[in-house]
Amino acid sequence: MTTAHFQSHYIPNTEEEQTEMLATLGLSSIDQLFHDIPEEFRNPPLDLPAPLSELEIQKELGALAGRNRPLGSGPSFLGAGAYHHFIPSIVKALMTRGEFLTAYTPYQPEVSQGTLQVIYEFQTLISSLFGMEVANAGMYDGATSLAEGVLMACRVTRRDRVAVSDTVSPIYLQVIRTYCQAHGIRIEVVRHWEPEVADDTACLVVQYPNFYGGLEDLGEFCQLAHGHGALLVVSADPMACGMLNPPGHYNADIVTGEGQPLGIPVSYGGPYLGLFTCKEQYIRQMPSRLVGRTLDSQGRDGYVLTLQTREQHIRRERATSNICTNEALYALASTIYLAAMGKQGLRQVAELCYHKAHYAASRIEELPGYALPFKRGPFYQEFVVQCPAGPAEINRRLMESNILGGLDISIPPYSDPLPPDLDQGMLLCVTEMNSKDDIDALVEGLAEFS
Amino acid sequence: MLKGGSRDTSKLLMERSVPGRVGVVTPELDVPVQPLPDGELLRDNLDLPEVSEPGVVQYFTALSQLNFSIDTQFYPLGSCTMKYNPKVNDEMAFLPGFAAIHPLQPPEQSQGALELLYRLQDFLGEITGMAGVSLATLAGAHGELAGVLMMRAHHQANGDAGRTKMAIPDSAHGTNPASAAMAGFDVVTLASDAEGNVDLEALHELAGPDLAGVMITLPSTLGLFDQNIVEVCRIVHEAGGLVYGDGANMNALLGRAKLGDLGFDVIHLNLHKTFSTPHGGGGPGAGPVCCAPILAPYLAAPIVTGNGANGSGTDSGYSLSIPEKSIGKIGGYHGNFGVLVRAYTYIRTLGDAGIKSISGNAVLNANYLLQALRDIYYLPYDRTCMHEVVFSADWQRLRGVSGLDVAKRLLDYGFHAPTMYFPLIVHEALMIEPTESENRDTLDAFIQALRDINRESEEEPDMVHHAPHTTPVSRLDEANAARHPNLRWRPSE
Repeated sequence: MTTAHFQSHYIPNTEEEQTEMLATLGLSSIDQLFHDIPEEFRNPPLDLPAPLSELEIQKELGALAGRNRPLGSGPSFLGAGAYHHFIPSIVKALMTRGEFLTAYTPYQPEVSQGTLQVIYEFQTLISSLFGMEVANAGMYDGATSLAEGVLMACRVTRRDRVAVSDTVSPIYLQVIRTYCQAHGIRIEVVRHWEPEVADDTACLVVQYPNFYGGLEDLGEFCQLAHGHGALLVVSADPMACGMLNPPGHYNADIVTGEGQPLGIPVSYGGPYLGLFTCKEQYIRQMPSRLVGRTLDSQGRDGYVLTLQTREQHIRRERATSNICTNEALYALASTIYLAAMGKQGLRQVAELCYHKAHYAASRIEELPGYALPFKRGPFYQEFVVQCPAGPAEINRRLMESNILGGLDISIPPYSDPLPPDLDQGMLLCVTEMNSKDDIDALVEGLAEFS
Repeated sequence: MLKGGSRDTSKLLMERSVPGRVGVVTPELDVPVQPLPDGELLRDNLDLPEVSEPGVVQYFTALSQLNFSIDTQFYPLGSCTMKYNPKVNDEMAFLPGFAAIHPLQPPEQSQGALELLYRLQDFLGEITGMAGVSLATLAGAHGELAGVLMMRAHHQANGDAGRTKMAIPDSAHGTNPASAAMAGFDVVTLASDAEGNVDLEALHELAGPDLAGVMITLPSTLGLFDQNIVEVCRIVHEAGGLVYGDGANMNALLGRAKLGDLGFDVIHLNLHKTFSTPHGGGGPGAGPVCCAPILAPYLAAPIVTGNGANGSGTDSGYSLSIPEKSIGKIGGYHGNFGVLVRAYTYIRTLGDAGIKSISGNAVLNANYLLQALRDIYYLPYDRTCMHEVVFSADWQRLRGVSGLDVAKRLLDYGFHAPTMYFPLIVHEALMIEPTESENRDTLDAFIQALRDINRESEEEPDMVHHAPHTTPVSRLDEANAARHPNLRWRPSE
């Protein structure tokens, strides 16, 4: 416990100034300001450690950070929804400018045109990337964005039955269940090769590329869903859309995604960025913020938050969602990233991932004892390998050579939809961050179990 | 758009695009070229801009300069706690050992991260007087959703599914009723009394077998500590309901009172308010949920537990675990880790002594403003305020100048506007929250500006009515924006 007077460097007013300010109120101590708190509950004991200087906190956190194994410290092949991609220096340099970093939600458009114009750019680039008509101004992450997409599809169709393909991320499926638990929505997990959609199904939910890496026929899913008056809701990897036809091309109705690959560090799972796009006809059922272009009183172009009557601060319990603060700073990061990568760069990165992943897959397939069960179908940067030993054991051995292997999908929930003969599966991810040497080292490590 | 000084921002990215310009050089492919998939899968219409790296830096820097922010302006936005965001917090979150670890790495590769989260759970539990903490929720409203789902799960587990009503004060944030609705509750409005406290008679009427609980913001959005709070909790508990606490205003209470002691069952905190993590123009936030022992089994997954006996933190390491009757996973991974690192850093640099000086100075600054302005701005609740003071522009309104006009005119003086027209129960509300990180000189300049604007409302009401006059754009046509939504750039324009 600290007993002597402690002046935090975050608090400018000194004890003397505080005393003078109290005097204007006719008071002599700060404690007097808290007389409304019942005395028995006032100033409770507070068992926290004593304050640290910046020098000390940097040491403490440096030591804690040093006990984690960062992706960049050796070859890493773990993906499954969070991806290790290169982030140009300008992303951090621009997004940490105080004018962006320390601004609030742009409720005062006259002094928030920077943030508002960035969001309008974000909406433009994301809707374009997904081939959709409209994008909103950000959701929390890919999982919650998909869950909100499901709730929106139920509102649009006024139905409460949802078909989720068994190749959707098992993590996302859990979040969908959490979001739907109070609404009497029936979640049915359907087989991806034969999804059952009924005439009272609100939507068919699929992932592109799917959780296990494969590229399924979105056009066929779309026809199936629409044939039953249901919507097609797709969770897509925005980076893959740098080279692949996006879900909008196949007439999907709602397309969500995890924006993390677009210039956002993996950061142990957050903050990330939920992407959310849909057909224009559904915008009044959309959750979260939208920025629109308009004119000021002098006829100049400007940007404002718009269609706010959908939102909680206006509509309260009848809002399309409760979402308020979301991930605007990372919408900025992804906008800077997409601006810098541009038309050519994004395609190049997507193709690097594709070729490297396919090179890795072809090398691993040659190893005795390893098989690529889904090899017959097209894939992007992730693929499943059936291993000759338990994936956890293989990963442990790989880590002895400082190689981070893929996700062990031999355990629930990842193994839930897999066929019984795929009992030692590993989901590997290869991106532009993995050099040929990295991939060859992985193959060498795996070969020890052949 | 902005004249003089910065580079022009009027052209959007697609309008700046010149074929052949590149912003990033990518590495050469170092593996043999692989066969491409079926051509029908490949896209040929990627409409992204082509801009050089200097072009990107210049454009976004110029855009940033169109913003007000805490680093550049006083930002007395009520209920938003726009305090200084320490730079060391960001620096720590960017350490590769934190920023470059994957959420699905095995626990032995992320023990440092898990230990940090475990300690943060402890700190937040201690500050709020709560037994259980989950850091998995990604923003304040996300925490609310988790909290009310926990209340629902608790009632269902007790065979009490008939508790369908959630009572919410008329002064509450819009997220409260929206979250309650997302958790399947019917929202009923709870009136406030003349003192700004929850109206106990109204509460008694609602406190029946169908009451699931109440959602209370403390201090209230009127900036007042509810003098009836202990009685409110007692009445709700007696009727079998639970008390939810919206922690948006915790900056007033740090080290002064623990919500758990007062009788709250479950609360959320806004780390991007009280614990100084930057708001980023609308996020990222983090909304940890803290709860009493009876609700701890329902916390959102995952939580961090120690591998020692009874889940305690020991030398045997830490793991992610799922509470016994958890409402489930509510986000993709384990919460907004980067934000949690920032909050941890903040709490450690303040420590036991500093935490209390936060609330003390925040409340002192607000009362200093209250005292200096009460003669010219109407004060609807004449009491000692907490971290924020709610005035009304009713007196200015008599001269044809609204609360909106006053707020907009402040922008010309280089101050961000207060929160306006909220809470809904105060006519022409101006809700001012100075926070502890502003010095007396700034407060004095702000007081002077509000006094000047009051004088202007007498002498030149029309000028005030058309403010702001010095910002990059003037008042925008929001009705037109909603009537004819233009939500993205299109080539035909």
